Amino acid sequence: MSVVTKADQVAQVETIGVTIDGIEVQVPKGTLAIRAAEMIGIAIPRFCDHPLLDPVGACRQCLVEVPDMGNGRGMPKPQASCTLECAPGMQIRTQLTSPVAAKSQKGMLEFLLINHPLDCPICDKGGECPLQNQALSNGASESRYEGVKRTFPKPVPISAQILLDRERCVLCARCTRFSEQISGDPFIALVERGALQQVGRYADDPYNSYFSGNVVQICPVGALTSAAYRFQSRPFDLVSTEVTCEHCASGCHLRADQRHFQIKRRLAAEAPDVNEEWNCDKGRFAFVSARGEDRMTRPLIREDGMLRIASWPEAIDAAVAGLAAAGSSSGVLTGGRLTMEDAYGYSKFARAVLGTNSIDFRSRPTGTDEAAFLATRVAGRRLGDGVTYADLEKAGHVVLVGFEPEDESPLVFLRLRKAVRKSHLLVTAIAAFATAGTTKLNATLVATAPGGEAEALAGLELAPGNVILVGERAALAAGALAAAADLADASGAKLAWVPRRAGDRGAIEAGCLPGLLPGGRPLADATARVDVASAWELESLPAEPGLEAAAMLASAASGELKALVVAGIEPSDFADAAAVRAGLEAAGFVVALENRLSEVTERADVVFPVALIEEHAGTFLNWEHRAGRVNTVVRQANAPMTDLRVLAALADGLGKPLGIRTARNALAEIVELGTWDAPATKARATRKAAARKAAKAASTSSTDGDVTVKLSTWRQLIDGGRGQDGEEAMAATARESVARVSPALAGQLGVADGEELTLSCGAGWYTLPVAITPGMAEGTVWVPTNSPGTPLGELGVVFGDDVALSVGGGE
Amino acid sequence: MTDTLTPVLSAQWGAEKSWTLKAYTATGGYEAVGTALKLAPAEVTDLVKESGLRGRGGAGFPTGMKWSFVPKDNPNPTYLVVNADESEPGTCKDMPLLLASPHTLVEGMIIASYAINCHIAFVYIRGEVLHVIRRMQQAVEQAYKAGHLGTNIHGSGYDLDIIVHAGAGAYICGEETALLDSLEGRRGQPRLRPPFPAVAGLYASPTVINNVETIASVPSIVRNGSSWFGSMGTEKSKGMTIYSLSGHVNRPGQFEAPLGITLRELLDLSGGVRAGHQLKFWTPGGSSTPILTGDHLDVPLDYEGMAGAGSMLGTKALQVFDETTSVVRTTLRWIEFYKHESCGKCTPCREGNWWLVQLLKKFEAGQAVDGDVDKLLDICDGIGGKSFCALADGAVACVTSAVRHFRAEFEDGYKTAAWELFPYGASALFPVESPDRSLSLTKGAHA
Repeated sequence: MSVVTKADQVAQVETIGVTIDGIEVQVPKGTLAIRAAEMIGIAIPRFCDHPLLDPVGACRQCLVEVPDMGNGRGMPKPQASCTLECAPGMQIRTQLTSPVAAKSQKGMLEFLLINHPLDCPICDKGGECPLQNQALSNGASESRYEGVKRTFPKPVPISAQILLDRERCVLCARCTRFSEQISGDPFIALVERGALQQVGRYADDPYNSYFSGNVVQICPVGALTSAAYRFQSRPFDLVSTEVTCEHCASGCHLRADQRHFQIKRRLAAEAPDVNEEWNCDKGRFAFVSARGEDRMTRPLIREDGMLRIASWPEAIDAAVAGLAAAGSSSGVLTGGRLTMEDAYGYSKFARAVLGTNSIDFRSRPTGTDEAAFLATRVAGRRLGDGVTYADLEKAGHVVLVGFEPEDESPLVFLRLRKAVRKSHLLVTAIAAFATAGTTKLNATLVATAPGGEAEALAGLELAPGNVILVGERAALAAGALAAAADLADASGAKLAWVPRRAGDRGAIEAGCLPGLLPGGRPLADATARVDVASAWELESLPAEPGLEAAAMLASAASGELKALVVAGIEPSDFADAAAVRAGLEAAGFVVALENRLSEVTERADVVFPVALIEEHAGTFLNWEHRAGRVNTVVRQANAPMTDLRVLAALADGLGKPLGIRTARNALAEIVELGTWDAPATKARATRKAAARKAAKAASTSSTDGDVTVKLSTWRQLIDGGRGQDGEEAMAATARESVARVSPALAGQLGVADGEELTLSCGAGWYTLPVAITPGMAEGTVWVPTNSPGTPLGELGVVFGDDVALSVGGGE
Repeated sequence: MTDTLTPVLSAQWGAEKSWTLKAYTATGGYEAVGTALKLAPAEVTDLVKESGLRGRGGAGFPTGMKWSFVPKDNPNPTYLVVNADESEPGTCKDMPLLLASPHTLVEGMIIASYAINCHIAFVYIRGEVLHVIRRMQQAVEQAYKAGHLGTNIHGSGYDLDIIVHAGAGAYICGEETALLDSLEGRRGQPRLRPPFPAVAGLYASPTVINNVETIASVPSIVRNGSSWFGSMGTEKSKGMTIYSLSGHVNRPGQFEAPLGITLRELLDLSGGVRAGHQLKFWTPGGSSTPILTGDHLDVPLDYEGMAGAGSMLGTKALQVFDETTSVVRTTLRWIEFYKHESCGKCTPCREGNWWLVQLLKKFEAGQAVDGDVDKLLDICDGIGGKSFCALADGAVACVTSAVRHFRAEFEDGYKTAAWELFPYGASALFPVESPDRSLSLTKGAHA
């Protein structure tokens, strides 16, 4: 085996030598002069330049002098260093050594300010404004301009969330280039000419991009502001903390800015390996849920059928009594809000304190062969074992199965789009129709009705290094996970499972599955149990298999399971919301740990208020299995109890100390336990999974004027999820809820675009406007999973189920 | 150098219905196509190289060399684009040529396209000149019917389609890369170079962009030979070209003469400066070329001669101004044009011209203050050579040259309004009903 050293890697890059301000520097071939200067610590002022956008050379702020192009001849005019590629032997003189460059830059700032309103004292950007900063560092102290400034009415809302102040704009085109090049949503463009040039949008179409908040962040002036943060704070009053986003498994590093114990805004942090410098609007804006009046601050206990406020000792005693009575006839349901450390606390609490293996983090529809797939293909892996963002860029070909990146993991989408633009990546989407997202990836659509995924995968040919990305929905399509695994094994392609929620990947490592102990250890393996038991200083761990979430709820409903400990779940997220409510109501004893009042707390016997994500530390593992730190943003003297502290208190009360109280303790244990490696298990499970048969192709049948088809669905990025509550401007940028059908199916139903279509099953119906979608797979209808007013959990149907369609409104 | 007119392109402008195919072929039109198609493409390029033909759009780049830059191994098609967006103030040579003899351009395009192995050629015509667009469309249609365009031209096996495209009225679209963006259906703004159009131009394919007059000169070279062409003009500026005289001259119009003729000779041909007046200043090639004065009457009007006098040959649009004209007022009018036509992409052009207009208005109104001339020059220094394309360089050229030659007149603007020093009625060629100054004073900042 050859060892690749850092020196080897460096040697692969061809470098050239240039001289900047008399300092010789070796830079990779193709480096722009402005970047080369950065490498030796010389900051050339700039506005339009952005390292992740294509160079444009528009603002002319970064002019430098080039006395020698490397061929002995000088450039007659100052050059824009943001578009100037370094050449061997090139001499570059910046403002530090060239009076020409310095004067050019000074003049350019004077020009930029003549039509700028200079309203810094009331501008959100004031204090962190590149125009302000560079005017001070590279500009003149006074303007010689005595004329009339160009004025515009302002602000113009270019979407419900983003407001445009055209007077402040310096026309750097960062926002328009971002929209076109990065997110692929060119809904804004520069229009008009001369000094009247301005950012414009189409007459009736707002700038409803999932990534619109990024333009506010990269705007080098205060021309673009968000409705959410506008006039909220001055940058210098904010205290910034780096965190990892809690909204999905992309794992974006964010900067959370707080003031007066409140988060005022969140920004994309620089994380070149993960989100580069971008994030999605949900991650940026959706942080106000549970921060309002619905937040719980005191424990509640049920008395005479009603919940009442209780003291902490009273509530802990009540919970301990209830759980002690139930003994090991208990189950633990955890949701996506938990960090890996929190999840580990619940996993240990279930097994070591309650003595049950009934724990499941999947508060969502689950598939039959999913647990086996997670155990063999996901659990116990580390960063680098699988696929990373960087791997996507060099994959050559990426196949998406049961996964809609733009909605379900937006930063995966951005990275795929980057690779499509820059590295000729081919994308194949096995999906019901070509979505806005996959269209932006130039993806080849394998039009597939739910259930046909395995067959579609079997028809693909991949090469080593290619990547298959499966979403959590794939578990609902019979044989799809196994087929993806088989294809990966047979072709040498890499396989990655991209869950939707931020906590899911960590929950698997923490052992929040009935068949998996922490570190990917199979419960069924006695050695694994001994491993964990000895680490936890226990005689033994319960060996009998636990129940999955749906089974726990059913068991609770029938009275078999006596107690449930519930954290961070919503009934309508499950396949059947009614069954969840029934289970919670019938359960003998329910302890809920929550941030705010919910359908679960309403049905609980003891409710503990726990810390918000910004109030405690922890870790999220993203889809790559990369650890992202969640740091405490809001530090308070009266900090609320965390999940771990409550669990520890309950464990103490039950006489079986949990042994961990803080995220730090938990992480130390997780690290010490390490991951399980026993290849035998993997091979066995793979064969077992591979033996499953692919489902029959979808078919359309008609009865009583209704047409029965397969349901295709996923969650749109901005939808009715509770974590997004309270951010109305963002909610207004959500995509419309529609029911998508193929032209043939529309013809069969006799429905025209925009007319109402009713989707029904035994439990009820929803009526949505139809969007006839050319090229869509036959025998299927697509609707959003959880858009406001139409959560599918309430109908009890999931991806791949049969649903009936009829024209017109429901009755 | 010679002192006579040499009508080649304009030779038939006076003929009966000169724009028709019939009139054009009656004098040997389209015969050069037959000659060229018998040569190898490279031989045609060599012929043009040998002739010394240089771009007539202003920059004067050797045409044959431009053609030879087209990469031979590029898998994309090669395009010829003819720049007929003639918008430079004072310039009026391509439009009359297209109006009077559109087939000369069509013939030139066939030969040029053949030389560069292009099968789809475009003419981008300034959108405001609808009559010219229609005439060009008719000429192309007639050429198709006569077998000069389409497939298997003149039985040679060579195919060519010509597309006549109307611009939408923007000076910047005369800049070749902005023209390409506009032709592709985008907003006309100059592109970053490299890549240069010869490598990645129209639709990211190799593209040759030439001025109308350049391409229209090609048939005569093929017909008469490169030495015939080279026999006209000066050592480095060969051939004949169209000079457009306008302003305070008795007989303004187009004068086709060998390169290197002088303004003194052209004034003789055009009846001189209007009676009772003397030449004050003039532009050699539109407002983007630095102005010259009576001292430069004998400087050869070729690329080198004008460069030697601190100006440029440009489009050979000679605007002549007599002593009744305020140079401050003229400069302001020009800068108002550039402010209006700046595409807005880059800061110095967009903001600088905005500023210059306001400052020059103060000079015109006699409200400038001591030091404003230096400020004016310093603003020009902040614009010139710093902008994305050459538009802004052209804009400040008229200001800096005007100050160079007439600084005292600008300094008069510290005290006295231009309309008092140079009553505007005196310089008008036609009676004007209301004084121009009211217009200039009420014009809002948004115009």
